[in-house]
Amino acid sequence: MSVLIYIDQAEGQIKKSSFEAASYGARLAEQTSTQAEAVVVGNSSADLSMLGKYGIKKVHHVNNEMLNHFDAQTYTRVIGQVTEACQATVVVLSNNVNGKAIAPGLSARLKAGLVAGAVSLPDTSNGFVVKKGVFSGKAFANVNVLSPIKIIGLTPNAFSPVAGEGTAEVVAFNASIDAPRVKHLATNKVQGQIPLSEAELVISGGRGLKGSENWGMIEELAGLIGAATACSRAVADAHWRPHHEHVGQTGGSIAPNLYFAVGISGAIQHLAGVNRSKVIVVINKDPEAPFFKAADYGIVGDAFEVMPKVIDAVKKLKGA
Amino acid sequence: MKILVCISKTPDTTAKIAFVDNNTKFAADGVQWIINPYDEWYALVRAIELKEKDPATVIHLVNVGGADTEPIIRKALALGGDEAIRVNFDSQDSFSIASQIAAIAKDGAYDLILTGKETLDFNGASIGGMLAELLDIPFISLATKLDLNGTIATVSREIEGGEEVAEAALPLVVSCQKGMAEQRIPNMKGIMGARTKPLKVVEPVAADPLTAIVGFELPPAKAGVKLVSADQPEELVRLLHEEAKLF
Ligand SMILES: Cc1cc2nc3c(=O)[nH]c(=O)nc-3n(C[C@H](O)[C@H](O)[C@H](O)COP(=O)(O)OP(=O)(O)OC[C@H]3O[C@@H](n4cnc5c(N)ncnc54)[C@H](O)[C@@H]3O)c2cc1C
Ligand SMILES: Nc1ncnc2c1ncn2[C@@H]1O[C@H](COP(=O)(O)O)[C@@H](O)[C@H]1O
Repeated sequence: MSVLIYIDQAEGQIKKSSFEAASYGARLAEQTSTQAEAVVVGNSSADLSMLGKYGIKKVHHVNNEMLNHFDAQTYTRVIGQVTEACQATVVVLSNNVNGKAIAPGLSARLKAGLVAGAVSLPDTSNGFVVKKGVFSGKAFANVNVLSPIKIIGLTPNAFSPVAGEGTAEVVAFNASIDAPRVKHLATNKVQGQIPLSEAELVISGGRGLKGSENWGMIEELAGLIGAATACSRAVADAHWRPHHEHVGQTGGSIAPNLYFAVGISGAIQHLAGVNRSKVIVVINKDPEAPFFKAADYGIVGDAFEVMPKVIDAVKKLKGA
Repeated sequence: MKILVCISKTPDTTAKIAFVDNNTKFAADGVQWIINPYDEWYALVRAIELKEKDPATVIHLVNVGGADTEPIIRKALALGGDEAIRVNFDSQDSFSIASQIAAIAKDGAYDLILTGKETLDFNGASIGGMLAELLDIPFISLATKLDLNGTIATVSREIEGGEEVAEAALPLVVSCQKGMAEQRIPNMKGIMGARTKPLKVVEPVAADPLTAIVGFELPPAKAGVKLVSADQPEELVRLLHEEAKLF
């Protein structure tokens, strides 16, 4: 018996959300008196034994050139084989882009109930009940998993990774692999930016900023504190900012430690994508803007006057 | 070319989220239901665009739900699509929903199956991946672009901080999101035509649920906003640094 954690990588490096999944899985293994093991698929330039720091005892590395590009179907089948080989009763994945591609297939393959978007550890006192976000962040559901094997898709940034001491044993796993039926053609990354889904701090602008030419202050503040940038749908629709920055009910859904919203009204559909953020700061000239109801800190004022002063204060702080 | 588009219903995006029966049921009284935006704006509209390019294309819609979903299905037919199938089955378990769609898909021998990225109420993002596995065909998730060249599909999918482009031979399951197409509004001709398009109701196949919702909760209320004077933005920065310890 074990808890198996899928470690997702990008360009051979472990993603931050996978450390969260590893920590979560290790805690769950402790809670259920089993062992936490991990599976890594494809080439890795990371030192996999260091997953031991997060409580992983054993890492199954499935390395084969057919696995060097992500393919949902191929990865699902490989992880299914590892799950069976180590008799895992729980599989934990981050509910990130690749997790969302793999977990459902794994669920159908292993007839294992999936809770996608888990926000806390399971309650095992009566069944196996996992809390997940529903209604686009406006509520939570407690979901009981009825099947012998359980799959958990952990919401990124919902569980803080805890690093301690330890070294994991790394073993090669020989999987039977069919050639992927999806052929990878290209990877296009936006250069020099922090991906929104991975960001701990996010600075976001709305229609109150009047035009794309005024985004300098958003970018400057983001650059100073190492934040990613985001925007409202109205802004993306007006092509002031690229579509991948659009957050909300029909855009990206994020849960950073800081969501700093400038000139965004806080429409219910916008809030749905950001209301799981730990701290929300709102700058809006309208004291009645709905966003203030969801905010932790706020300034009622003109962004064009307030933001330069905020930037100066941050510069002072960073310089000191 | 035969395309199957999976259509689900979801509460209007401004609906108040509340629960009844000891927090075990969504308070649906007075709630307006809409087509799940990802299914409508992206999956369905892209299917219609593909049919506009190749008029020999046939679009079927499938919904797993009770009779109360029919107005939504008619609205989807008004946008486009040739006929609809409703599997008369009400469930909140993704696997049993996917099993119903898989049964329909097997019968219909579709070349392309499109779903939305996720439902706005359940946020599973699961049906597409389950369906692909049940049908033993490839799955491309969170797609922002989809083009067909004969029986080869070229698809862009979101990854952290960018996108990945891949190609695959049909059949294929694709989950669709923003970028895929632009929202459309049904016209009068579509609305009139939708009334007479076939909407077939079929009974469900046996599928045991793998999960069950035991209850809902609302997030704890916020303590209230701490307002800082517009003359003292440095105070805001101090609070974020010292109190919230964010940077
Ligand atoms: C089905 C559906 C789905 C949707 N999905 C999304 C979604 O995913 N994401 C999303 O964002 N929206 C979504 N919307 C749209 C949403 O309802 C709002 O229209 C949108 O969020 C508004 O964007 P905004 O706040 O930037 O613009 P506005 O509503 O125009 O607000 C601008 C704000 O800026 C303030 N302001 C103006 N000038 C200044 C200044 N100088 N200084 C400071 N503040 C200033 C104003 O007081 C106002 O509050 C959706 C709508 C629907 C119907
Ligand atoms: N009851 C349903 N009937 C038909 N399609 C559905 C149903 N539920 C979900 N889907 C499809 O599956 C997608 C993902 O849903 P979910 O996995 O529930 O987030 C939706 O966007 C729909 O396209």
